[in-house]
Amino acid sequence: MARFVARRLLGMFAVLFAISVIVFLIFNVIPNSDPAARIAGKNADPALIARVSADLGLDQPLPIQYLTMMKQIFTGQLTSYAKDRNVVEQIWEGLPATFSLCIGAAVLWMSLAIVFGYLSAVHAGRFTDRALTILSLVGISMPVFWLAAMLLYFLSFMVELFPTGSYVPLSENPLDWAYHLILPWFTLAVLFVGLYSRVLRSNMLDAMNEDYVRTARAKGLSERQVRIRHVLRNSMIPIVTLFGLDFGMVVGGGAILTETVYNLDGVGLYAGEAIRSLDLPPLMAVVMFGAFFIVLFNTIVDILYAVLDPRIRLGEAAPA
Amino acid sequence: MSGVILKVDDLRVSFATEDGVVQAVDGVSFELTAGEILAIVGESGCGKSVTAQTLTGLTRATNARITGSVNYRDRELNGLSDHQLCDVRGEQISMVFQDPMCALNPVYRVGDQIAEMIRAHRDVSKRKAQARAVELLRSVGIPNPDRRARHYPHEFSGGMRQRVMIAMALALEPDVLIADEPTTALDVTIQAQILQLIDRLNRERGLAVILITHDLGVVAEVADRVLVMYAGQVVEDATLDEIFYAPKHPYTWGLLGSLARLDQPRTARLVQIPGAPPSLLAPPSGCRFAPRCSHVFEECTVLPPLESRTGGMHLDRCWLDADEKAHHGGLRTRGA
Amino acid sequence: MMAKGDPLLEVTDLVKHFPIKSGVVVDREVARVRAVDGVSLTLHEGETLGLVGESGCGKSTLCRAILQLTTPTSGSVRFAGQELVGRSRRDLRSMRRQMQMIFQDPFASLNPRKRVGQIVGDPLELHGLARGAELKRRVQNLLDRVGLAAEHYNRFPHEFSGGQRQRIGIARALALRPKLIVADEPVSALDVSVQAQIINLLEDVQDEFGLSYLFVAHDLGVVRHVSDRIAVMYLGKIVENSGADELYDKPIHPYTNALLSAVPIPDPKRNAARERLVLEGDVPSPIDPPPGCHFHTRCPWATDVCTIDEPALLDHRPAHLAACHHPRNV
Repeated sequence: MARFVARRLLGMFAVLFAISVIVFLIFNVIPNSDPAARIAGKNADPALIARVSADLGLDQPLPIQYLTMMKQIFTGQLTSYAKDRNVVEQIWEGLPATFSLCIGAAVLWMSLAIVFGYLSAVHAGRFTDRALTILSLVGISMPVFWLAAMLLYFLSFMVELFPTGSYVPLSENPLDWAYHLILPWFTLAVLFVGLYSRVLRSNMLDAMNEDYVRTARAKGLSERQVRIRHVLRNSMIPIVTLFGLDFGMVVGGGAILTETVYNLDGVGLYAGEAIRSLDLPPLMAVVMFGAFFIVLFNTIVDILYAVLDPRIRLGEAAPA
Repeated sequence: MSGVILKVDDLRVSFATEDGVVQAVDGVSFELTAGEILAIVGESGCGKSVTAQTLTGLTRATNARITGSVNYRDRELNGLSDHQLCDVRGEQISMVFQDPMCALNPVYRVGDQIAEMIRAHRDVSKRKAQARAVELLRSVGIPNPDRRARHYPHEFSGGMRQRVMIAMALALEPDVLIADEPTTALDVTIQAQILQLIDRLNRERGLAVILITHDLGVVAEVADRVLVMYAGQVVEDATLDEIFYAPKHPYTWGLLGSLARLDQPRTARLVQIPGAPPSLLAPPSGCRFAPRCSHVFEECTVLPPLESRTGGMHLDRCWLDADEKAHHGGLRTRGA
Repeated sequence: MMAKGDPLLEVTDLVKHFPIKSGVVVDREVARVRAVDGVSLTLHEGETLGLVGESGCGKSTLCRAILQLTTPTSGSVRFAGQELVGRSRRDLRSMRRQMQMIFQDPFASLNPRKRVGQIVGDPLELHGLARGAELKRRVQNLLDRVGLAAEHYNRFPHEFSGGQRQRIGIARALALRPKLIVADEPVSALDVSVQAQIINLLEDVQDEFGLSYLFVAHDLGVVRHVSDRIAVMYLGKIVENSGADELYDKPIHPYTNALLSAVPIPDPKRNAARERLVLEGDVPSPIDPPPGCHFHTRCPWATDVCTIDEPALLDHRPAHLAACHHPRNV
């Protein structure tokens, strides 16, 4: 196990390095992205631009710029070109909103997905199943930004049932915090509920035909006991691993649209702005942040898989 | 202890499939006496597994139609609800299946799976149930049972897993053990161990066993009575000696003749049964074995009833007269 | 030109080990699965050599290693006088025409997307032996020979029963008119009544096509019926090799004794009257086989020498080899 984790950590560094280099190169290849020109203003003359450039260290050769930036990220000193603010600080400030959104949505989507998937599988082919299937498909098909906009319009603007977005910190007022997050949680969860309930349903239907389920019945377990302890338990393994991957992705940047529409001051919102203004330092930092989380969760998922399925024990030779 | 404990009468099981209705079991009747080992022999598709699983209602499904009677100690099992059947399963009638790798849940420890069964029927603490599980593992010959109870199924070899299944099946001391091809997936030396175990359990505890198999050698090893099934029906019902030394149905003759036997000199050619079993979608009217039978004659267009034509308990489903049967039956067993 | 009775296949000290690798940055070998651990045997023209052993003994791996379907770790395989090990794929290609294989699982060994005609005809086309109408004719002849009908040419495998699919596999193996057919448990997955049909078919075509068989099976009765000579495998090694009848009448190696004893005889009285030798415990793992004689952990007659010294395969009787320090029946 230790060997496995060590291997994965090495892999993580390799991935982060590769991503940072690629982002850096892409950024420097895009036309019209000379930050010095933009910072200097619309009517700047070449001398001003050159001075700004030297000021920001943009006249250095590319590898040196890259190394400098990396150093700044890891020492928390990276400053954005556009706003002259510390990037790492900004990300840090955005974390509560992003985590609140993502964790809340995750709890919501997993609970609903398990319930829907279980019911669908148990009543397969009948009305409940068909109704839930349609709901799932609708959920999967709706684009996040459209759904968010619709919800805001109808439930917040027209009916004033919910606030129009913006984030209230947990420490300030828990009830208000939750109240402001209900719509965003729902928006982000809808897509995943649809997907996960379908996967769970399909896994459960497969598992119900397995021999060990027949054995469980032959032992005299009630149908409910069979379904939960044997069918559901075994069907959850792929779900849990999927969840790890999706959660990593959501935290790492998948929540951009949701945060933007609901105006939640999270990392996603910050990333959106950085893209619009083509500001390299925050972009780089956000991408690294995202990549880190995704790789981290990938690793956690692999370890979790071994915990949940005893047939896979990392780093051990199979028994005779 | 003597007396009939299980009586099956005219059991019929059909499944509605995309291609039509499959009549998997078509009128099976037999009796099981306490402490007896009854072997049900037949090839794939003859309905032996479906029969065995229907006894405890495991084949119940929305597309299944089950008629007939399964009477266990004066209780009609066919009429019971699923909930009521749960009490019978495991406690009175237990089952062991063919491939123990698939038949045990891979994510739970073996001891826990046995304990689960105990606690489903009895009100005991988890610790007590687990202790009992260890005892059960010991009684079926698994070394280091306290350590092994904490292992997962994939950490056992095939033979050991089957012992685990047997231990689990006997946890509540049922009267009847139904073993559905318990040794088919095992090596022959391991098969010998498992058969020895089943035999011992039968003798020591008076455990009645219904043993489903396609291997006549296995039958000869442990059975007391034998049912031969073909195309969803019983074609012969006799004691062990009668089946092997005086069989009365051409299918049984064919089965015995087609074996490559170790105890007899090599023959130039194995006696083969031509053709293949009929489809159960539309079983033929008349004797179902007739298309492949070398003794077929005009009577065979009518399905023969399963009965004894000479008095006694040896039943068969064939129109041939007694002398013919005695003649051919004797030939087969002499290895001609 | 080979005379009948010449050695067609000579396997010498064939070894196939599978490494188990582990490591952080770079994988290193930490253990090996000794699937085939030094096997030598000879198959003569027109002969059937039976190979028996239980699961994990390495017989399937041995088959593949002989046919070069997996590259042997070391050792030699000479077919019709030519060395196969170490040959390039190109060279092997022309030699493969002479060696074919029949597989165990009639459901997995046929491509479900191809029609029967294609399955049987592809080998002929691949080696440029026939095309078009001539190809079709040859295929239909083969189908007829194995007991299928001409109209089966256009059907798909899933439309057939297990026995019929095995016949298709046999037709495919015969298509190139090979000299050697390796049959890896060809009847194990079939019903008893169908087994007899397939075994009879294999014997019939052997004479007609002039074939030699390496017949792998775990059913001792079947193996005795078809084989001239039989080799018994245990944990990657051959422990006994003799003529078929003599193996059953006078087995030398304790494992063979145990195997024969374990097979139940379909005759209740004789079965009960036999003296049974039931082995304790399980087969050890091929990753870490016991030292000395691999069988000593389960052998009722093992002594100290058996735990240290690996016995050599010697003829304790004429043309009857066994690897044991305490041979029985000599």
